[in-house]
Amino acid sequence: MPETESGHPLLSLQNITKIFGDLVANGNVNLDLHAGEIVALLGENGAGKTTLMNILFGHYVADQGRVMVRHPSGILVDLEPGAPQAALEAGIGMIHQHFTLAENLTGLENIVLGTESLFSRRFSRSKARAKLQELMQSSGLEVDLDLRVSKLAVGERQRVEILKALYRDARILVLDEPTAVLTPQESDSLFKTLKLLAAKGMAIIFISHKMAEVLGASDRVAVLRGGRIVADLPTSQCNRHQLAEVMVGHSVQTAERKPGYPEDETLVFAGVSAGDGREQIENVNLALRKGEIIGLAGVSGNGQSTLAKVISGLKIPTAGSVQLNGKPLKANAAAAIKSGVARIPEDRHHDGIVGAMSVEENLVLEEIRKPAYQRFGLLRFNEIRKRAQEAIKAYDIRCSGPLAVSRLLSGGNIQKIVLARTLDQQPDIVLAVQPSRGLDVGATADVHRRLQEARDRGAGVLLISEDLDELFQLSDRIAVIHRGHICEPVETEKLDKKQVGLMMAGQSIKGEQAA
Amino acid sequence: MEYIDILLSANFWAAAIRIATPLIFGVLGALVCERAGVLNLGIEGIFVVGAMCGWMAVWLGAGLWGGILVAALAGAFFGLLHGILTVPLGLSQHVSGLGITMFATSVSYFTYRTALPKVSSPPRIEAFQPLDIPVLSDLPFIGPALFQQTSMTFLALAMVLLVSYVLYRTPLGLAIRAVGDNPSAVEAQGLSVFALRIGAIMAGSALMALGGAFLTMSAFDAFFFGMINGRGWICIALVVFASWRPGKALLGALLFGAFDAFQIRLQNEVGAVIPSQVFLMIPYLLSIVALVLVARKADYPRALLQPYFRGQR
Repeated sequence: MPETESGHPLLSLQNITKIFGDLVANGNVNLDLHAGEIVALLGENGAGKTTLMNILFGHYVADQGRVMVRHPSGILVDLEPGAPQAALEAGIGMIHQHFTLAENLTGLENIVLGTESLFSRRFSRSKARAKLQELMQSSGLEVDLDLRVSKLAVGERQRVEILKALYRDARILVLDEPTAVLTPQESDSLFKTLKLLAAKGMAIIFISHKMAEVLGASDRVAVLRGGRIVADLPTSQCNRHQLAEVMVGHSVQTAERKPGYPEDETLVFAGVSAGDGREQIENVNLALRKGEIIGLAGVSGNGQSTLAKVISGLKIPTAGSVQLNGKPLKANAAAAIKSGVARIPEDRHHDGIVGAMSVEENLVLEEIRKPAYQRFGLLRFNEIRKRAQEAIKAYDIRCSGPLAVSRLLSGGNIQKIVLARTLDQQPDIVLAVQPSRGLDVGATADVHRRLQEARDRGAGVLLISEDLDELFQLSDRIAVIHRGHICEPVETEKLDKKQVGLMMAGQSIKGEQAA
Repeated sequence: MEYIDILLSANFWAAAIRIATPLIFGVLGALVCERAGVLNLGIEGIFVVGAMCGWMAVWLGAGLWGGILVAALAGAFFGLLHGILTVPLGLSQHVSGLGITMFATSVSYFTYRTALPKVSSPPRIEAFQPLDIPVLSDLPFIGPALFQQTSMTFLALAMVLLVSYVLYRTPLGLAIRAVGDNPSAVEAQGLSVFALRIGAIMAGSALMALGGAFLTMSAFDAFFFGMINGRGWICIALVVFASWRPGKALLGALLFGAFDAFQIRLQNEVGAVIPSQVFLMIPYLLSIVALVLVARKADYPRALLQPYFRGQR
């Protein structure tokens, strides 16, 4: 039963301020949360969403302001700051974006962890099991509790996380980007569960930057920008366009889909198998043409990274052949770059740049042997500096200059370094893996525009992504990867997002018949 | 064949178990630390501390069990030091561990020399004697092979059971296994990562010190410089061999003990032809081979070597 009678919210954040160095991560944030409602906390990366939630859960201590929780007696009481234990006891359950599960334990063990005195002589699994059976039935969160978490799929792990909170009788559920790792179908079922829980009187707050799910699943939207709440209104009064503007602070030009003009085939996979275990690819046949973008949809962990490694020359296929412009692709990263493969890696901090090196060094990293940048094995600093200055200007890389340490730049600016380095070499093939993951709306639009430009210049672009909006916006053709199998790419016009979502979940990859 | 004769002598099996005993303590201690996510390379030095403190306590007048308690406490103290350096301060576990080994060894030697400045042959204590268990010790072959050991050997075996029970049957063990796999999971459930890790390191180090104490209080009856002789390092390898499981740790220690006992006897048989150093090498060589065969599949604690900082994702 929704308990709205007392008038007090379940949770009240009052004037929360948190400052890291010069950065105001949260400034005077006020937010109330009532029983029975689902609130979406919308904001770009770096807007302070996660900081706010970490303060709420006691991972951080706010510099100012108070977190208040309704006591069972109906009055608001202060929550002890900086103590996750206190937050748990007050009924706050937090589902982090990166799951906090020990993979060597079973689901059940993860759930009971910390709920009993550490020094009791043994744990009582049977009582826990009975309570969980009941919870699973009432919430519809079915999961095999006796499997090790390492054997569970991502969606199942999330269910364990939610059960963990419910097992501790949480009244307030906080979810940080809950759909980032889910298929569209799994997301739907998650939101169904959340609605059910809210109807039983829980208060739910979820963090997101996906407009569609915010509009579809929440009762109220709070928008955070630059650490401050800039809007807090019922979802029924919002529309997509207006929310996007409030979130970014100005109107945004998103890249529009433009048809490509494909020419000859350039990158051809014939019966390629590679890798092992979950990241295996099997008998892949794929032909990428010049001047087109093929979008490869799939939930991560289905073989995308192996495919990307094969194209990058980092992995040798166990069967089949890969040809680039009629010549076999060498399994050697340096050769792959030389033969015109531009790589925009998934983990840009780790694989995209050398964090400790300067912007200018990172910009010429792949071309360091070319006569333009070295003579007799000695670097030509002036040429490198000139190149860096040009790229910083052309790509609008926000940094203090060519000598800035790359590691300290934001994700968007690091991605711009990667784009400038790879795309300015006029590659034949562009391999872009999750190129906009974690980027804000502006940076995303920038990445998309650059990929389209490369395509229009005549490059073949393979875009590997989990984001259906991105895929439909950019791709000329879309293929789906599931458990290492890739279906025949289909023209984007002939597909809709629901079909692709189903295929990502493994429902019969039919290719053309899907249209 | 003399090889078969060696294997058939009760004396050989008794020696294997005797040699394995300090390793059982050590490998259990290392296992407890690593299950909580912290590598403790202080082990070699903590063995020395245990050997010295246990022996010295008895020499100064404490009872044998009192000496064991002193050794365990001294081990736990150096564990605390390693814990503070690696857990809240998040320093490199390798560097800190090696530092602890050097520091603990030197402090032990220093204390020994300060207490006994002019002694050339170390004073002896009344060490643990083999127990005479009614019926069992008198069984033919099995009796002398398995049941004529000192109390410390039986303590070591009891510790295997105790560590298994705690790790797999109690909430505390659950928390220790979780903190070695994903400390955020532990923090998110309201437990203290720091307390769990430091506690596990202290308990593990106490066990290691008992391994050292066995050498001066049961295997021998005096303290010598250099008597640990790499036993701690062997334990670090045995933990990997055991895939971080107490039962397999026991097996690994016994296997190593058997190899060592075997090579000593082999030396006597054919020592004239082959230099003795070759035989000394055998157990270590075999432990490397065993590691290569087993370790590739090893299911190591995922958070091993990774310091945890609060609020970090």
